[in-house]
Amino acid sequence: MANMSNVLGLIFANMHDITVPDLTKIRALASVPFGARYRMVDFPLSNMVNSDINDIGIVTKDNYQSLIDHLGAGDEWDLSRKTGGLHLLPPYGNSTGLYRGRLEAMSQIKPFITDISADYVLLSDADVVANIDYRPIVDFHEQTKADITVVYGRGVFTAGQSMTKTILAVNENNEVYDVLVRPEISGEHNVSLNMFVVGKEFLLDIIREALSRNLYSFEVDVLQHRLHEMKVMGYKFDGPFFQIDSIDTYFKSNMKLVDGQLRREIFNSDAPIYTKVKDEAPAKYGIDSDVTNSIVADGCVIEGTVENCVLFRGVEVGKGAHVKNCILMQNTVVGEKAEMNYVITDKNVVISENRSLSGTEAYPVYVNKGAKV
Amino acid sequence: MKHVKKECVAMLLAGGQGSRLYALTKDMAKPAVPYGGKYRIIDFPLSNCVNSGIDTVGVLTQYQPLVLNEYIGNGHPWGLDRVHGGVHVLPPYESSSGKSWYEGTANAIYQNISFVDRYNPEYVAVLSGDHIYKMDYSAMLDFHKKHNADATIAVLEVPWEEAPRFGIMSADENDVIYEFAEKPKEPKSNLASMGVYIFSWQNLKKHLIANENDEGASKDFGKNIIPAMLKEGNKLVAYHFDGYWKDVGTIDSLWEANMDLLDPNVPLDLHDNSWRIFSRNPVMPPHYAGTQSKIQNSMICEGCDIEGLIDFSVLFSGVTIEPGAIVRDSIIMPNTVIKKGAVVEYAIIGEDCVIGENAHIGERPEAIEDKDTWGVAVIGHQVTVSDNAVIKPKAMISENV
Repeated sequence: MANMSNVLGLIFANMHDITVPDLTKIRALASVPFGARYRMVDFPLSNMVNSDINDIGIVTKDNYQSLIDHLGAGDEWDLSRKTGGLHLLPPYGNSTGLYRGRLEAMSQIKPFITDISADYVLLSDADVVANIDYRPIVDFHEQTKADITVVYGRGVFTAGQSMTKTILAVNENNEVYDVLVRPEISGEHNVSLNMFVVGKEFLLDIIREALSRNLYSFEVDVLQHRLHEMKVMGYKFDGPFFQIDSIDTYFKSNMKLVDGQLRREIFNSDAPIYTKVKDEAPAKYGIDSDVTNSIVADGCVIEGTVENCVLFRGVEVGKGAHVKNCILMQNTVVGEKAEMNYVITDKNVVISENRSLSGTEAYPVYVNKGAKV
Repeated sequence: MKHVKKECVAMLLAGGQGSRLYALTKDMAKPAVPYGGKYRIIDFPLSNCVNSGIDTVGVLTQYQPLVLNEYIGNGHPWGLDRVHGGVHVLPPYESSSGKSWYEGTANAIYQNISFVDRYNPEYVAVLSGDHIYKMDYSAMLDFHKKHNADATIAVLEVPWEEAPRFGIMSADENDVIYEFAEKPKEPKSNLASMGVYIFSWQNLKKHLIANENDEGASKDFGKNIIPAMLKEGNKLVAYHFDGYWKDVGTIDSLWEANMDLLDPNVPLDLHDNSWRIFSRNPVMPPHYAGTQSKIQNSMICEGCDIEGLIDFSVLFSGVTIEPGAIVRDSIIMPNTVIKKGAVVEYAIIGEDCVIGENAHIGERPEAIEDKDTWGVAVIGHQVTVSDNAVIKPKAMISENV
């Protein structure tokens, strides 16, 4: 087994912000709420912790206030350590922070990467919801003596929609022989999960070279253009995963959590997904509540009817209200007799009594943070 | 190490066995008993301390301390992992003068005089770890200071017929206590002690030492320290509390205290964010209310997976209710599984139990002729009840059946 204390984890908080513009207006993709009580960053972060990685850096760009508030000193992920632990890496020095890609982002934190004692760096974005053990992946990287290992899964790619997805062609020896960035094709393919294992010195060379040539995209400038100079291996992840690349996949992925088998795999009790603790009281169901096929977090008070929904912490559903196929984020209040179907409410939204709000499965209505409807 | 002076230090008595909770306290002290869907009883006094600005708390443990020790840990869930102060678990210890268990509430504090002295406090709050209530000790401390008292005792008006169960204070119109009676047969007042005291430390210390040197004393606050203070002419005042307070010392009162959370008329609101009750939160996903579930008038914690019918019940974290199972008027503690078709009525089911298919636990009082044979059924922790088993009301089960 690989020695995981030898691995530095880096999470890129903002990489895919443009894929869900409504949700990332006020926050990084990493702090987009998911699954009734989590934020996107909880998944790569918990996976790294459960894989015994001790040093984890969170690379931020802009809109990182809510992310810092969420992560704090890292206590909830057991990352508040004497040595190592969580390192928040906001834009530094005279850089504007407005990097264009992972290479530029890493060139800004080169001193940090250099100083950490590690042989390998695990890069991950915050766009994938999954329960992944990185230990066998680092083993695979070591055994195959790869320069770069790309983690991929079988997933659907939709031309024009999957804006930041990358497709890999992998042969029977697990070698990556082609990389397609934003191709005009649709269907099930090997999609990159935007997780990479790279040797630290090799990575530092790549960063130096990118800096001198004004290159910024890890996929285009390294994986695509230099594919045949390097040994790039593909590691197939067989477990269930959701890759958030549009509001549509965001909505459907949340909704799929009602599947018990899937939920038990993603929230594996032997490798739990950690998140910020809010000390909310247990959810309270009122006298005429009727809740079916829904995921409900602590702190909710439900007196109405709820069907096929994801309710975040502290949501209130009033008497006679009927909420169907909705994602209601933290502290959303639904007034009495309000009706909602296919709606996503951001945090602290108030839906007044008797209101009716309805979207469709393909186009759920999104209500801004703090709005009163 | 230099200790920063603290104005008030809290000493929390958490060594109680809670013998009247039988199977539920076989392996854990009473303050560690689960309550209210995600809490343990001790979360209430600990959270009250933190919310009242008391950041130094000694927790005195004795009976079955393992669960409690592990639960309190470094105090992080309550914000009591402090550089100066914080929470400290204080078990009985061996010293050069011999080893001794805590012999009474006063003796427990006596044995920890050196702990309190490290912080050189003006005041000490002595609290019980057995009660469910939200209380601002800082308001009580202000009252204590305003009256320039030697001791302030929080009191609650109780129905006269219940007064003989409590320590009863008689106080004048200025709230000055002139008489105290421990569990009097014929009470002269209905002001009951809540087991919440604030003492001026130097005077209390003097009394603790004197009491310890008194051969015949039972080393108890109610029986010795309070009467001795009254005898000496110390100023003792009664601090009136009119909020929700419940001693959960019996199966019935533990059951009722949980059911109180479901009653909108009971003034104990756990969803009130201005006075949060903190606890060690389980790391579990949100709960799932299934396609066949029917949940009403209940509290459900994270990690539950529910396909059955739940009415007037409190479910702790990680409970599974299989399709066709019915849970009414009951409390189900963490990680218990209620199998298909099982019926649970008027019952308390402990942690990590399995209730087999079509088993029937407890009974509704209406269904019983002889009311004397009715009562809440209790299944202890880690018990498996086999398929089709019938557990009668009032039963107390601590082994697999």
